[in-house]
Amino acid sequence: MAAKRLSKAETATRPLRLESPLPPAKLDRLIHEQIRLGIVSALATQPTLTFGELKRILSTTDGNLSVHARKLEEAQYIACETVFDGKLPKTEFRLTSEGRAALSRYLDHMEALIRTARGARAPGS
Amino acid sequence: MAASPLRAVPPPPEALGDHALRNLAFIRKTMENASSFTAVPGRGGVAMGLTALVAAVLAESERGAPGADGARRWLIVWCVEAVVAILIGGAALWRKARASGLSPLAGASRKFALGLLPALLAGAALTVRGFQDAAGSTLPLLPAVWLLCYGIAVMSAGTHSVPAIPVMGIGFFALGLSALVLPPAFGNALLALGFGGLHIVFGVFIARRYGG
Repeated sequence: MAAKRLSKAETATRPLRLESPLPPAKLDRLIHEQIRLGIVSALATQPTLTFGELKRILSTTDGNLSVHARKLEEAQYIACETVFDGKLPKTEFRLTSEGRAALSRYLDHMEALIRTARGARAPGS
Repeated sequence: MAASPLRAVPPPPEALGDHALRNLAFIRKTMENASSFTAVPGRGGVAMGLTALVAAVLAESERGAPGADGARRWLIVWCVEAVVAILIGGAALWRKARASGLSPLAGASRKFALGLLPALLAGAALTVRGFQDAAGSTLPLLPAVWLLCYGIAVMSAGTHSVPAIPVMGIGFFALGLSALVLPPAFGNALLALGFGGLHIVFGVFIARRYGG
């Protein structure tokens, strides 16, 4: 039988269950938050993205994006620059090498979790 | 005996593995959404434009041949150019998607290709009809058909891309309408202007603005 698809509210409130011991690497809480993870993921595909482009990709508000982008900037995961398109100022973001490495570590961590979970579910394991 | 009050049963805990899978799916979806800004290859567009300009010159010289033979040669030159342009465009789309670390068969690249397909197939079907027309009476209409069909294809595919793409589609559509009202002698020049000029201008813009 197909598994029931969970709503956002349900998934947000469900506690996580450990099926097996966690992989040794420590989870990077800074990019674990969804908007911040979205910012880093989007910037991984582009040399730069403007504030407006990120807002459109992530379907979020100005305030939300500003707050999370600032946290990533403070951690030096992203760099922010104001450029001029004619007379109009635009805020452009790019992923730093630290940010790229953090995303890579995060992906490794998620893959390790999936491998561990699959190992725990496998019969006879 | 009084009934005991109902107590909300907490949802079962979510497995960490499922949570990780959901996170990976979110990362992939975000990357695909972001790639819509660059799925269209700018340099590929320039290359397509340059080959179209060469084709326009060749086609014009072939059209000088006497009788229906000249018209048929003109048609063959443009058909060869269409195949070359599709190969260049496809390869450039593939290369750009791979360079972004994305699957060329998924996300923005796939949406863009699928958006192009219906109108391009309609244009191809009408071209086959033009080939079968021994009298060659439908040939003068082909520049308008190609420009209109390509314009519609680009506008449709452009809904999944940067704003410049639908604007380019409108340009092709306008040239197609012009080809309908202007004398057939202008057909080749309009094809050069569209498939050559518009591809080069928008290709340079996309390559500069969005990279690739």
